[in-house]
Amino acid sequence: MTRETLFNSAALAALALVPLWAHFSGEPFTVTLATRAVILALAAVGLHIALGLGGLVSLGHAVFFGIGGYAMGILAHHAQTYTPLMEWPFVIEGTKSMPVIWLVAVVLSSVVAYFIGLLSLRTSGVYFIMITLAFGQMFFFFAISWSAYGGEDGLSIYVRNGFPGVNTLVPIQFYALCFVILAAVMFFAARLQRSPFGLALNAARQAPDRVETVGLNPMRLRLIAFVLSGAITGLAGALFADLNRFVSPTMFSWQMSGELIIFIILGGLGRLYGPVVGAVVFVALEHILGDLSDYWHIYLGVLLLGVVLFARGGIIGMLLGREVAHD
Amino acid sequence: MTEAILATQGISKSFGALKASDDVSIDLMAGEIHAIIGPNGAGKSTLIKQICGGLKPDTGTVKLLGEDVTDLPTELRARAGLGRTFQISALAMEDTVLQNAVLGALGGQGNPWRFFKPVLKDKDLLDTAMEALERVGLQDHAKTRTAELSHGQRRQLEVAVALTLKPKAFVMDEPMAGLGTEGSKRLTEFLGDLRHQAPILLVEHDMDAVFALADRISVLVYGKVIATGTVEEIRANKDVRDAYLGDEA
Repeated sequence: MTRETLFNSAALAALALVPLWAHFSGEPFTVTLATRAVILALAAVGLHIALGLGGLVSLGHAVFFGIGGYAMGILAHHAQTYTPLMEWPFVIEGTKSMPVIWLVAVVLSSVVAYFIGLLSLRTSGVYFIMITLAFGQMFFFFAISWSAYGGEDGLSIYVRNGFPGVNTLVPIQFYALCFVILAAVMFFAARLQRSPFGLALNAARQAPDRVETVGLNPMRLRLIAFVLSGAITGLAGALFADLNRFVSPTMFSWQMSGELIIFIILGGLGRLYGPVVGAVVFVALEHILGDLSDYWHIYLGVLLLGVVLFARGGIIGMLLGREVAHD
Repeated sequence: MTEAILATQGISKSFGALKASDDVSIDLMAGEIHAIIGPNGAGKSTLIKQICGGLKPDTGTVKLLGEDVTDLPTELRARAGLGRTFQISALAMEDTVLQNAVLGALGGQGNPWRFFKPVLKDKDLLDTAMEALERVGLQDHAKTRTAELSHGQRRQLEVAVALTLKPKAFVMDEPMAGLGTEGSKRLTEFLGDLRHQAPILLVEHDMDAVFALADRISVLVYGKVIATGTVEEIRANKDVRDAYLGDEA
């Protein structure tokens, strides 16, 4: 076992054990905080596939996060008001079932990611950043003006949605559910990184000319990566909305997209555990520094500056050094 | 007469008033090395881009194995059997030597849409990749990060990646560039054998290598082919001496 796998296992174990400890020592707020960290980590693991592997600096991933959030909000809203989502040409009812909501969130974000990718992947570098940002803003302002679903005020859901066999109202149980999803997605992402697709995508980031001359289409590789990435971030959005029992246009905001990028840079760009470590540290700082000062973002800024200037591999890079080429 | 493996037929390409390719017809026959030489700015790189994809000629056609590939994008020309090496190494520097070779093998196989099984446990891909690395003598560096290779080794890896595709024709853009005397001598020997597997269109500045290797030479000046012929014919050609070779011949 290399130091890196050791570190990763320890990080995952800590993420599983700390809330358990908090639960039994009667600190439910810490459990909620950990749930928030896990869900944000999931969203950032989604971005990692586009950004870390594909090299696509998407400043619009909040689109998928928001779509997931609104998929949950709208379905649950109709369920709790007993009004169908639509009646013609066929009736679609709302639902309070998490698996259904997740499926809708994943499918919708994939479809949107496909079309956004199709348009924005024609560009690269700063233009790609700007186009994804523009899409993000489009969705943000659309959500603000969508008065049927709360507009600027967003939508509140009275009771958290259900999952078969789990009492999602108990913080530790909802946490466990989110943790299992994160672990499962990370397992698949780890496999993906080593798969033929992962190898080709990785090469398309480093040497697109080479990928073309061996007969593969870098654009198509990036598009599929973008879709997978959006789908995962969309799933995280649905969970995030369920955690807060609330969804609002801020889930679509460009600050949200920026935070996802910050998690990755903070934790370690290019590493699967980077976004996870980044999200956990971010949420912890938000909590600790937020208690000290309303202007906690200033300290976060200094930290980020430090990481970018002195620890290019992020926190994991600082602790473990450069990643060894995996076999 | 047998048909050319790779041919350009009267291709022209202009950038504004500049004629980068002017009615260029070049063919590559089975088993031969056809070298393209010419002074800087003669349009060699533009020509290669039109042959390999990435730049579409204004007029004329590019044919590979008798098929018109003028409208095909780069990756489909590669699948049709064109193996290319770059003047400036285009390799995944963070990846290992083996991973780069496996990428080539994966391209040759044509199906990157597998998301679960580790690519480095795929025996077919590994065998193809290792065989190519062995042929260029990089088998002992398989696990080395590409960024840590010497310049010469990167040139070898360029060739190895092209080999994994088992192409029907090679297009090599200055494979000797930056190699020492010893390195270019070894590569010269290697390419001399390689032509029997698939013919090579060789763009090269190293005249020793060109004269040692080429079965035919075409001289490109201002986008135009001013002469095509054997080494002796080209050495003796007065136009070529005036335009390019000067005292070297």
